[in-house]
Amino acid sequence: MSEDRKLLAERVTEVFGERLTSTEVAADMVAVEVPATHLFEVMQGLRDESFGFHQLTDLCGVDYAAYGQDEWITERATDSGFSRGVRGNSFARLGLTGIYGIDSVTVNTGRRFAVVYHLLSIRANQRLRVRVYCEDDDFPMVDSVVPVWAGANWFEREAFDLYGIIFDGHPDLRRLLTDYGFVGHPFRKDFPLIGNVEVRYNEEKGRVVYEPVSIEPRVLVPRVIRHDSRYVDRLAEGDADDG
Amino acid sequence: MADIRSYTMNFGPQHPAAHGVLRLVLEMEGEVIRRADPHVGLLHRATEKLAESKPFNQSIGYMDRLDYVSMMCNEHGYVLAIEKLLGIHPPKRAQYIRVMFDEITRILNHLMWLGAHGLDVGAMTVFLFCFREREDLMDVYEAVSGTRMHATYYRPGGVYRDLPDRMPQYEPSQFRSSRDLERLNAARQGSLLDFIDDFCKRFPGCVDEYETLLTDNRIWKQRLVGIGVVSPERAQELGFTGPMLRGSGVEWDLRRKQPYEVYDEVDFAIPVGTNGDCYDRYLVRVEEMRQSCRIISQCVDWLRRNPGPVMVDDHKVVPPTREEMKDDMESLIHHFKLFTEGYCVPEGEVYAAVEAPKGEFGCYLISDGANKPYRVKVRAPGFPHLAAMDEMANGHMLADVVALIGTQDIVFGEIDR
Repeated sequence: MSEDRKLLAERVTEVFGERLTSTEVAADMVAVEVPATHLFEVMQGLRDESFGFHQLTDLCGVDYAAYGQDEWITERATDSGFSRGVRGNSFARLGLTGIYGIDSVTVNTGRRFAVVYHLLSIRANQRLRVRVYCEDDDFPMVDSVVPVWAGANWFEREAFDLYGIIFDGHPDLRRLLTDYGFVGHPFRKDFPLIGNVEVRYNEEKGRVVYEPVSIEPRVLVPRVIRHDSRYVDRLAEGDADDG
Repeated sequence: MADIRSYTMNFGPQHPAAHGVLRLVLEMEGEVIRRADPHVGLLHRATEKLAESKPFNQSIGYMDRLDYVSMMCNEHGYVLAIEKLLGIHPPKRAQYIRVMFDEITRILNHLMWLGAHGLDVGAMTVFLFCFREREDLMDVYEAVSGTRMHATYYRPGGVYRDLPDRMPQYEPSQFRSSRDLERLNAARQGSLLDFIDDFCKRFPGCVDEYETLLTDNRIWKQRLVGIGVVSPERAQELGFTGPMLRGSGVEWDLRRKQPYEVYDEVDFAIPVGTNGDCYDRYLVRVEEMRQSCRIISQCVDWLRRNPGPVMVDDHKVVPPTREEMKDDMESLIHHFKLFTEGYCVPEGEVYAAVEAPKGEFGCYLISDGANKPYRVKVRAPGFPHLAAMDEMANGHMLADVVALIGTQDIVFGEIDR
């Protein structure tokens, strides 16, 4: 299997060359990164030409705003006891601190939102992961692949609903999973887990009303990143293999 | 002749044939459907967001509740993804137990589907027959995990515990005569494996019973043959997997093509349809039940011969036993760390897929090195199937929508997530 993956990676680089940002043979499948400008033609090429990726298995949005951020300082125990660590402590990969603490993210990194596609070629029994970053953090937009795979329709609607990623050229970009009239994009990292509004039946008004949430956010198990030597060694070995 | 005006009709969300909470807005021209627009999300619980806020192991239980009629297969997809990232491999016995329970789950799911599909189309008896066998398998779930449905039995590194030596029996009560009790407990005298073995011997006869009721039944065929035809090419483009894809004649089964656990060591056949209509998909699923039964009996044979551990021996991931914990300082520390903080998973991303009863259940996991996943994406098999409802229903009659919902094997736990 790993031989097949290497061959596929070589062929993808050969055919698309400059139009790919990177190609990597990951542990489970070949992963490529495409700039948003070339997404559509690369996808079309992957389906048509000799690759035969006739099926789009999965499409999902990712918000990298809090990537690498933990909620608890792990180096030392505090003298005031253990806190519940509701706010972020360390810097996230993008350098945007405290998604839980600071309300708005002002810097445009161009690396906050990504769309990840998983393709499957039934004929060659191969999978491929394609990642594209949205260039604008405030108005993330990529080309729709519905003309390439009809099955992308609902997946894109879901990613739009949950992350607010716009798919240019989608025939019917409506919300899919959230309530009618929902405000916001719930899977973004700056959207609180407890939500913003709650519903209850108001007897005086005789209807269901929306109100701001009445509960406090809390974290039961703080998020902790430990640099485990077992994995650090393994990653270093992996890097050596690639080089 | 009077003009037939087109009109819009609401189907569900409270409709017995909607299999849960499907709201289907149908644009009709008389009795013929021109456009079907499913409104989903009424069961949306943000499972993926919840999983981001919990240590890895605490989300296994959420996976059961996704597709709540094929519980252990969902756990399997999630656990497999974690194992791939951690780079651990469960012991062989655990792999056989997983394969056995995956197939038990497949039968559970297909029985539920067959019963509900039959009921939708108008056959009452088959529903009662299916639930009779489902009950036995529910008892197997209960014997091994303590619950009938939401098992949380698979864990990263193996399965929670070994198969019990004794199958639980019915107890005397004022509602059961002693003769009933004897009959109910007849197969439960030995171990769990004896009970499953007995089930495997009985089950092919039961499938024959269902087939006598349905396969050549005139009404059944009139309702299913030629309904919802999907060509193999189109099925691939629409993202179909599992019986929906095989019913269209594409021989694609992850258990065979990309084998995980010990599927490459067991013998089974992959049924494939020819016409891609509802009737072919029915035949495919019925045959899958027979094949699952074959796999289960092979697993039972192997498990009888090969005792051994069912969890990896790595207390960084797997908690030590209670006895060890109370004797040994090291074990106490491991236990405390695992239950307060969980384990950290190396940075990276992975996609793991299993052949769930409904199709490919995939789990895409991104980890930034923390004790909680950074992003979990569940690829539910039913999601692209329901998305194709518009295309499949176009031009059919209203009553055929019910047959289509049945043939797609819709469960909203996984579609809405």
